[in-house]
Amino acid sequence: MLSRTADHLYWMSRYVERAENLARLLDVNNRMSLMPQSEREVERMWIATLDSIGLLDAYHQRHEEVTPNDVLRFMTLDRDNPGSIFSCLRSARENAHAVRGTLTSELWEITNATWLKLRSYSLDQMDVDGAEQFFEWVKMRSHQSRGCTFGTMMRDDSTSFLRLGTFVERADNTARLLDVKYRFISEAPRRDEAGEYYQWSALLHCVSAFEIYRRVYRDQITPTRVAELLVLRQDMPRSLAYCMDEAYGWLQRVANQRSRETERRVGELASQLRFGRVEDVFKGGLHSFLTTFITRVNDLGNRIASDFLVPITS
Amino acid sequence: MSPTANRKEASASYSKFYDEMHLPDGSVRPYYAGYQKWLDGVSAERMARKRQEADALFHRFGITFAVYGEEEGAERLIPFDVIPRIIPADEWQKLAAGLRQRIKALNAFIADIYHDQEIIKAGKIPPEQVLSNAQYRPEMQGVDVPNGIYAAIAGVDIVRAGAGEFYVLEDNLRVPSGVSYMIEDRRMMMRLFPELFNRHRVAPVEHYPDLLLDTLRSVAPKGVPDPNVVVLTPGSYNSAYFEHAFLAQQMGVELVEGQDLFVRDGQVFMRTTQGPQRVDVIYRRIDDDFLDPLAFRPDSMLGVPGLLNAYREGGVTLANAIGTGVADDKSIYPYVPDMVRFYLGEEPLLNNVPTYMLRKPDDLAYVLEHLPELVVKEVHGAGGYGMLVGPASTKAEIEAFRERIIASPEKYIAQPTLALSTCPTFVDAGIAPRHIDLRPFVLSGNEVRFVPGGLTRVALKDGSLVVNSSQGGGTKDTWVLEA
Repeated sequence: MLSRTADHLYWMSRYVERAENLARLLDVNNRMSLMPQSEREVERMWIATLDSIGLLDAYHQRHEEVTPNDVLRFMTLDRDNPGSIFSCLRSARENAHAVRGTLTSELWEITNATWLKLRSYSLDQMDVDGAEQFFEWVKMRSHQSRGCTFGTMMRDDSTSFLRLGTFVERADNTARLLDVKYRFISEAPRRDEAGEYYQWSALLHCVSAFEIYRRVYRDQITPTRVAELLVLRQDMPRSLAYCMDEAYGWLQRVANQRSRETERRVGELASQLRFGRVEDVFKGGLHSFLTTFITRVNDLGNRIASDFLVPITS
Repeated sequence: MSPTANRKEASASYSKFYDEMHLPDGSVRPYYAGYQKWLDGVSAERMARKRQEADALFHRFGITFAVYGEEEGAERLIPFDVIPRIIPADEWQKLAAGLRQRIKALNAFIADIYHDQEIIKAGKIPPEQVLSNAQYRPEMQGVDVPNGIYAAIAGVDIVRAGAGEFYVLEDNLRVPSGVSYMIEDRRMMMRLFPELFNRHRVAPVEHYPDLLLDTLRSVAPKGVPDPNVVVLTPGSYNSAYFEHAFLAQQMGVELVEGQDLFVRDGQVFMRTTQGPQRVDVIYRRIDDDFLDPLAFRPDSMLGVPGLLNAYREGGVTLANAIGTGVADDKSIYPYVPDMVRFYLGEEPLLNNVPTYMLRKPDDLAYVLEHLPELVVKEVHGAGGYGMLVGPASTKAEIEAFRERIIASPEKYIAQPTLALSTCPTFVDAGIAPRHIDLRPFVLSGNEVRFVPGGLTRVALKDGSLVVNSSQGGGTKDTWVLEA
């Protein structure tokens, strides 16, 4: 496969995945904003969220105060915010457009139709329908895109690079999500057990893991178990362990002479998660564990780019 | 209201030009009888709905083109007309024979020009017309190309005029486009009106990509057992990008950009995730000037450094070859009938439009006196830009053009304004006649091949003769009816 084609496929699926995870993150925050709590707490939550995805400075360049409404606008339909859902889906479409011939016509049409709809979506419409409906729509379009990849794409390098992009992105996003929520709860000025329950269950809902949690643990929700579920569970499709396992598998399918070290690193990371214990995750603190993980995923992304994707020089 | 309720009024305008569907008395030509019968049972509302459906589908499929000079990302549809243009089998047979002959002669001409130039020695064409032509590429002199095929893909613009005779307007031998619309229009038509295809034996066109791939493989460098073909595009912002992606996908070959290719040891490779992979045939959709920054425009980011040398050494085939523009230039066009006689010893089957070459003082004088009746074109123009349609222009426009001609007459040719044929077209006001042309696509490899028909373009503005999509033209599905 052409390196440039692989590059576009990989980034197309990363952007679709990123848009979906943004919708999930904003959705959970939006729901939490509705809980009885002080304005300060709500503000603290949004600041932590913007910070975790690296957009706090960009936000402050545009808005002085952090209000739920402004953050939602900034993160959904703001065309000038390169990190908004709008920008992610535009980039996904641009990447798809550049390799439309490699995609099945169904997958191309889904990506294009998502973009056409999004382009005509206005803030007024979001006010009328409610942000929740918008987030549902973004998630649904991502499901369709993924389902179409599964159901129609040939299992050659094109699928491998699409899937690789999905799991590298998801690993990063899940780690950030868990990190921001964990810090937010543990740094609260005073403990509030009922509030914590809602925070943790909202996080689980956000990654479609609430029912899974109940089935796996049949017990009350504790931070340790939530972390175990999202970091170490092999059978939880948004956990770090699952993402790295998948990333390793897809990487092996496209391996070339240059990629040995990259395979070793992702294999090592996947094994540490597969055989890791939750006590070890918490030993140095969850935040430090997740920060290290995010750095390693970032390194993986860079290595994939230099091993397979658009090379800087010949 | 039935869309044909106003047929009586319409017949008045049908009689002014040759109409593809109607005889001058307003009755329907025999090969349109079946369609007319079907049309009589269809309400205007249904036709309007179908047209909207087509627009929505084209948008969803992303069958759009970018327009130069418009805001980034603005993409437009080429309007699709729901009424087909029908060509009966016997007319197509004649056209096909004429096209075959013409393209053979043109390929022979290019081969001759880049080798012994017999046609110049024989005094059939003045040497300066060829050798001082900006499209003549001295780099190609003496270079042999596989099978002697220079224009593997040609798109010949044909119009019907007067009492119904066909004329060739232009031979497009560089990077002719539009074939994807020919295929997509057929698919759309079958989707919108499947019942029509039960009633008519319409010759299929959707196998064009198969023929194209076959043709491209047949002109691969000698001794390559399983040639690797790629389509070279300027990129996803090019106005014809949809077509490039479409053809690559339909042929099952890679769509590459210049940055994906490199030259090593006289051969061309593409960068893949598994390392370099050899490329044998490049169906390039980039103009000569941009192909190789080392040989042509040094500022080109679209091309491949060193490509020309690899090509000259036979390491790779370019389709079309470099330098084919020397044969489809408007200043060479008047000589094509002579080429047919000279190379094939046959009388041309297709008509040329009489052409005044304004570098000739007599022609210039005549044209300047008759500007309001004539069409004047830039010798190197394309896409319907930079032309004057005398009868459709204001006095001021004509005078402005006159000054441009006087300033550099050698840059222009002129032709009588042809009374292009019309075809009923579904416009806002209902069904009305609009002028059309036809672009068949001719493939030359081991043999000359094509799919029946081609792309019919239609000038949607009432009375307009300009069918180019950049000038508000649309397209129609083109049916060659099998006997």
